[in-house]
Amino acid sequence: MSTPATSPAVVHRKRRGAEALLVALALVIVIFAFCAVGLGARGKVPGFVAGLAVLLVVIAVATHLVVRFVAPYADPVLVPLVVALNGLGVAMIYRLDLARLDRLGDEAKQFAGRQVMWTAIGLALFVAVLLIVRDHRKLQAYTYTFGLTALVLLILPLLPVIGTQINGARIWIRVGGLSLQPGEFAKICLAIFFAGYLVVKRDALALAGRRFMGIDFPRGRDLGPILAAWLVSLGVLIFQRDLGSSLLFFGLFVVMLYVATERPGWLVVGTLLFVGGATFAATTFSHVQSRVDAWLSPFPVTEGTFQLTQGLFGMAWGGLLGRGLGEGNPFLTPFAYSDFIFASFAEELGLAGAMAILLMYGLIVERGLRIALLCRDAFGKLLATGLAVSFALQVFVVVGGVTRIIPLTGLTTPFMSYGGSSILANWAIVALLLRISDQSRRPPPEAAPLEMDDSTQVVKL
Amino acid sequence: MTELTLTLIKLGFLAVLWLFVLSAVSVIRSDIFGAKVDTTRAPQPQPPRQKKSKQPRAPKGRKPKRGMPSTLVVTDGPNAGQLVPVTGADILLGRGTDAAIRLDDDYVSTRHVRFSTNGEQWYVEDLGSTNGTYLGSQRVTSPVPVDLGMPVRLGKTVVELRK
Repeated sequence: MSTPATSPAVVHRKRRGAEALLVALALVIVIFAFCAVGLGARGKVPGFVAGLAVLLVVIAVATHLVVRFVAPYADPVLVPLVVALNGLGVAMIYRLDLARLDRLGDEAKQFAGRQVMWTAIGLALFVAVLLIVRDHRKLQAYTYTFGLTALVLLILPLLPVIGTQINGARIWIRVGGLSLQPGEFAKICLAIFFAGYLVVKRDALALAGRRFMGIDFPRGRDLGPILAAWLVSLGVLIFQRDLGSSLLFFGLFVVMLYVATERPGWLVVGTLLFVGGATFAATTFSHVQSRVDAWLSPFPVTEGTFQLTQGLFGMAWGGLLGRGLGEGNPFLTPFAYSDFIFASFAEELGLAGAMAILLMYGLIVERGLRIALLCRDAFGKLLATGLAVSFALQVFVVVGGVTRIIPLTGLTTPFMSYGGSSILANWAIVALLLRISDQSRRPPPEAAPLEMDDSTQVVKL
Repeated sequence: MTELTLTLIKLGFLAVLWLFVLSAVSVIRSDIFGAKVDTTRAPQPQPPRQKKSKQPRAPKGRKPKRGMPSTLVVTDGPNAGQLVPVTGADILLGRGTDAAIRLDDDYVSTRHVRFSTNGEQWYVEDLGSTNGTYLGSQRVTSPVPVDLGMPVRLGKTVVELRK
């Protein structure tokens, strides 16, 4: 990681035109999705589609112009992918709103409008991050500030007045009429903190140690940071009852440690610690235990496994090509609009559509890692890797939970699930990735011809 | 709304979805086939596509000495005269025991500077030293290309790459 990865001779094209085309295609998908939902569920195209299309085009053009002027060399694929995922999510939430309206009548809660509002705020945050962070290397100066912020954000939900417990997990804070999940923002702060910390400390963590069975293991005294991260994630698990975030934070730290030091020994240590913690949690805490039980034996259907099995039935009913948007019954699953939105998509778009969505997530992660490869400075490399890995872990944890690969944990599906904090945090992540990519794809500044005659002198005292 | 129309809509939507994914992949195909290379620096003749490139060229006045260095020499300071053969691996300089040349210079940090190459160009990178590394009068803050015979100063020590 120490040598500059790119030869200065490689020229990256800006590709803003390609980005504009892809965004246009993404908008077509989103508007198509709304029309299909209306036709499938109501038999007619929803009346607001024309207005929505105009609004979307205005927002997309504005976003595109901002990126064109503020980050001209940024990766051309990230924004279209994210726009498509976000739009599809809103369309599915609207589809579930319609179903709720049918069953409950006028007092049914409507989420799609709020999600659109959050998306707009998310876009504003995206632009703000791009404008404020002009050079990602400046963030390294605030390494410990971000670390402290992450800690405060993690502790906030435990405070008596503002912290609230919803559906068994104590991860929300209530400010005014809004409830927020600080953990989503803690994720970004932690990625910045880990990147800044590991850039400085990686030599100590990488060089010392002993070899055992072909793998370099770290010294005992260097285990401090990984133990601290482990304890914090266990604390999240115990006090906030949030399995998913706990896994996400610890996994993020272990992977970044591995990338920074290039030593597989850290993965072994991390996996052992994780297995220990998971076994301890699974046998000690009832809420973890019930999730594991539901995962291992979902049938016969009980109260604890109802949601999981409904999701599985839904995905099976979707089959290869799906029921068609607006024509399935995804609303039969509890929380189909947030935790189980992937099951809703798998039911209505089938395996073909679910795979397309997973590929979009995969492409986002691939772009993140690609940005890390291209980046010239170690901090940017680690930060891009961390952001991409946190994204990948989150998608794996939530999709794996819904499809019964791992125990179900409560994390949001990035950009798709209903939830303001998640939308905001993920748009901020995309902005950071674009910033790093803009910095690394930009042609390197011409090395000024050095004038040798005014070189610095040793002052003889 | 007939069953057939709904089925067509369903399949059409999946088709558009995949079209989007595949066009996204096609935009990044340059990852697989390689990015365009600015050939002004390479010795072989330029391919015809070169004229489309908007890449700023290397300034005409500067003529870097060609060829790869074979030694790194300390030209000034307490260790003047010591040299280390250049193999292509990274070279670490500092006061520490893992340095290629252990510099007895109080103004040099334990792990002070690293020389590294990508096969055609050498770079010098400051490893967060206290007193900094200087190329001419410029402090090195990020990896900077360094050519043959260019003096690099760290503390009271001056080193350069030689053929």
